Amino acid sequence: MAQAIVIDKHPLDDIMRAERMPHIFCPGCGIGIAMRCYAQAVLESGIPERQHIVVSGIGCSGRVAGYMNLDSYHTTHGRGIPFATGIKLANPELMVTVFSGDGDLAAIGGNHLIHAARRNMDLKIICVNNFNYGMTGGQFGPTTPTGAYATTAPYGNREQPFNLPYLLAAAGANYVSRWTTMHVRQITQDILYTFTKPGFTFIEILAACPVGFGKSNRIPDGLEEMKLYRERSVLARDVPLDQLGIDLREERPIYVGNFVNRDVPAYAPVSIDP
Amino acid sequence: MMGGKAVLTGQHFMNGDDACAEGALAAGCRYFGGYPITPSTEIAERLARRLPEVGGVYMQMEDELGSIASILGASAAGARAMTATSGPGFSLMMENLGLGVMLELPCVIVNIQRGSPSTGLPTMAGQSEVMQARWGSHGDYGIVAYAPSSPQEIFDLTILAFNVADRYRVPVIVLGDEVIGHMVERVTIPPADQIPRWERKRPAHPPEFYVHERFKSFRADEDNLVPPLAHAGEGYRVHFTGLTHDEIGYPEMSAETHHELVTRLVNKIRHNAPDIIRTESLYLDDAQIVVISYGCTARSARRAVLDARAAGIPVGLLRLISIWPFPETLIQELAQTAETFIVAEMNLGQIRLEVERCVRRPVRGIHHAGGAMIHPEPILDAIREAAGLR
Ligand SMILES: Cc1ncc(C[n+]2csc(CCOP(=O)(O)OP(=O)(O)O)c2C)c(N)n1
Ligand code: SF4
Ligand SMILES: [Mg+2]
Repeated sequence: MAQAIVIDKHPLDDIMRAERMPHIFCPGCGIGIAMRCYAQAVLESGIPERQHIVVSGIGCSGRVAGYMNLDSYHTTHGRGIPFATGIKLANPELMVTVFSGDGDLAAIGGNHLIHAARRNMDLKIICVNNFNYGMTGGQFGPTTPTGAYATTAPYGNREQPFNLPYLLAAAGANYVSRWTTMHVRQITQDILYTFTKPGFTFIEILAACPVGFGKSNRIPDGLEEMKLYRERSVLARDVPLDQLGIDLREERPIYVGNFVNRDVPAYAPVSIDP
Repeated sequence: MMGGKAVLTGQHFMNGDDACAEGALAAGCRYFGGYPITPSTEIAERLARRLPEVGGVYMQMEDELGSIASILGASAAGARAMTATSGPGFSLMMENLGLGVMLELPCVIVNIQRGSPSTGLPTMAGQSEVMQARWGSHGDYGIVAYAPSSPQEIFDLTILAFNVADRYRVPVIVLGDEVIGHMVERVTIPPADQIPRWERKRPAHPPEFYVHERFKSFRADEDNLVPPLAHAGEGYRVHFTGLTHDEIGYPEMSAETHHELVTRLVNKIRHNAPDIIRTESLYLDDAQIVVISYGCTARSARRAVLDARAAGIPVGLLRLISIWPFPETLIQELAQTAETFIVAEMNLGQIRLEVERCVRRPVRGIHHAGGAMIHPEPILDAIREAAGLR
C-alpha cells in the first residue's frame, strides 16, 4: 500500500518565517523563486544565520525581508541601501544583503545604488527586475523596456530603460550578474559566491509579474512570462556591457550571466591607531 | 588641540558646531552619516577628523535621505549614531524621521537652523523649523527637541539627546541655530566618568530563550511604554517594518493595531515628559509679565528681562531648553498668576501659538523672519508696554 510521505521539517524552516506564510505574492509571481534562492544560499553559506542581515525597501520585492527568519529590516522606499550601509559600518562582521525591486533600487533609490557601488560598499544586492512597479499596480519604471505597456504608459513606454549591468559596472560594483527566475541553480550559486566576495555585488533577477507587467503586455500568465524570458536568454560571452540592455520589441537576446568580476578592495572606513 | 581621546576634558574656547561634535563624541557617538550644509558643516568636518581617532566612522552620504537612513541602520546595529544638517537637508530627512519613530530606533538629528524657507539665508540664523521639528513627518507621533542657547549648552544637550534617544527609543532633534553654531565661547568638558549615560532597554534574556515564543521588539513595558531593543546580529531574529506592526514587529493591517501602536508612540513621549523636559526660570516666582524664548533669541530675552527687573518691573524669563515635548503644565501654572505673556522668537509666530494654546489669551509676539538676531530692545519695549510704562 502506498505510504504518504509526511515531512515534518523542511530544510529551509529555520531560514524562513513559517508563521508568516502564506506570503502576499500573486500566483505566478517570480519573487518567491528569487527569495527561495536567497534562503537556500543563506542555508548553504556556512555563515552563522545570526550574522546574515536582510534589508529591503518598499515594493512587492521589498516584502522579502519580512519572510526571512533573520534580523530583517523593511525600510522606506529607496532607502534600503543607505540603511544597510549604516548596519554594515556599525558592525562589519555582518553579511548584509539588500533584497529589493527595480523601482526601489534604480528609481527612487537610484542615487544610493550608484554611490554605494562607487564606494564598493560591502553589500550584497539582489534586485528583482519585473520591469515595473508591481506593488502599486503596474506602472512603468526605470527598467520598463521602451514600447512596453504599463498602467501609466497606455500608449507604450516612451523612455529608454536602464541597462542595469552597464550602469553598475560603470558605477564601480565589484560583481554584476543577471539571471531569470528560470536559472534557479545559477542564482543560488551566484548569491553564494557573492557572500565570499568582498565589496559591492549586484545580481539582477528578471522575474515575472503577471499582474502588473504581464497584464498590460498581453502575456497570459506568469509561466508564459518566464518562458518568454528564458527563450530569449543567451549566456553572454564577451558581449560588450553597452549591449546588455533589454528590448522586448525586437527578437533581441536577453543576455544573462556574469558580466563584472573584479577585486577592487571593499570600502573600509578610515582607521587610525591611537 | 584634538587628541585621540573621546572626551576632551578641560576648558575650551570653541564654536557651537564644534561643541556639538564634542558632545556627540563624549556621549559615545561612533557613527556619523551626513551631507555638508551651511551652517552645520563644521560638525561634519570635526567629526570627520575626530571619529577615526576614537574608532568611530564618519560617513559622507550622497544626500540627506541617505544620511538619516544610514544612522537608523547604524542604530539598529547598536551604535550611537547622529547626523547634522540645516533646513533644506532637514526637509529631506522627514520621511525617515518617521521611520525612526515607527521602528523606535534611537538617533540624534542636529538641525543648525538658517533663514528659511527654501534655500533662504544659508549663512544667517533662523528659528523657523520649530513646527517642522514637531510635525514634519507625516502622521501622529511623539518627538523630542532641544534648543541650545550657547556652545556649552549644545555640548550638554547633545549628550542629553543621546541619552533620551536611547532611554525612550526615539529620534531626538537638537534644534540649534546659526548664531549658536558659529558663536565662540568657553566650553567646559567634564571628566569622562562624569558624562551622564542612560542606556537602551535591552532584551531580558539571551536569544536562546526565545525558541518557542519570539522576542518582541515592540512589546512595551507598562511603566514607561518603551520596548526593549535587540540589535542586528545578536540572534534575536527581529523584524522591523515601517508598516503598522504587532509586538513582534510583523505587519498587521488593522485599525485596532494601528490605533494602539500610534497611541503608544505618542504617549511614550507624553507620559515621560517630566523626565524629558528642561526649562530655565529666571525671576518667575513673582512675575506679572513672563517672557518666553529659546535658542539664540533667549540671549536677548535674558538681557531685556534683566534690564527691566533693574528698572523694577515684575518680569521673568522662561527659557525653553526642550521645545518638544512642550512644557504645557508649567506654562498653565504660570498663567494662574502672571498677566502678560511675551514670546520672542526668530520666526513669525510658531511657539507663540503654543503658548496661546496653554494660557488661553492673546500673547504678545516679538518676531523676526530670520537673518539677524532679535535685539534686546524690542523685547524690553514690549515688557515696558505691558507694565504700562509707555
Ligand atoms: C516615497 C514613496 N513613494 C511612493 C511609494 C509607493 N510605492 C510603493 S512600492 C512602489 C514601487 C515598487 O516597485 P519595485 O521596487 O519595482 O517593486 P515591485 O513591487 O515591482 O517588486 C511605489 C511607487 C512609496 N511607498 N513611498
Ligand atoms: S504585483 Fe507583480 S510583483 Fe507584486 S506580487 Fe503580484 S505578481 Fe508579484
Ligand atoms: Mg518592480
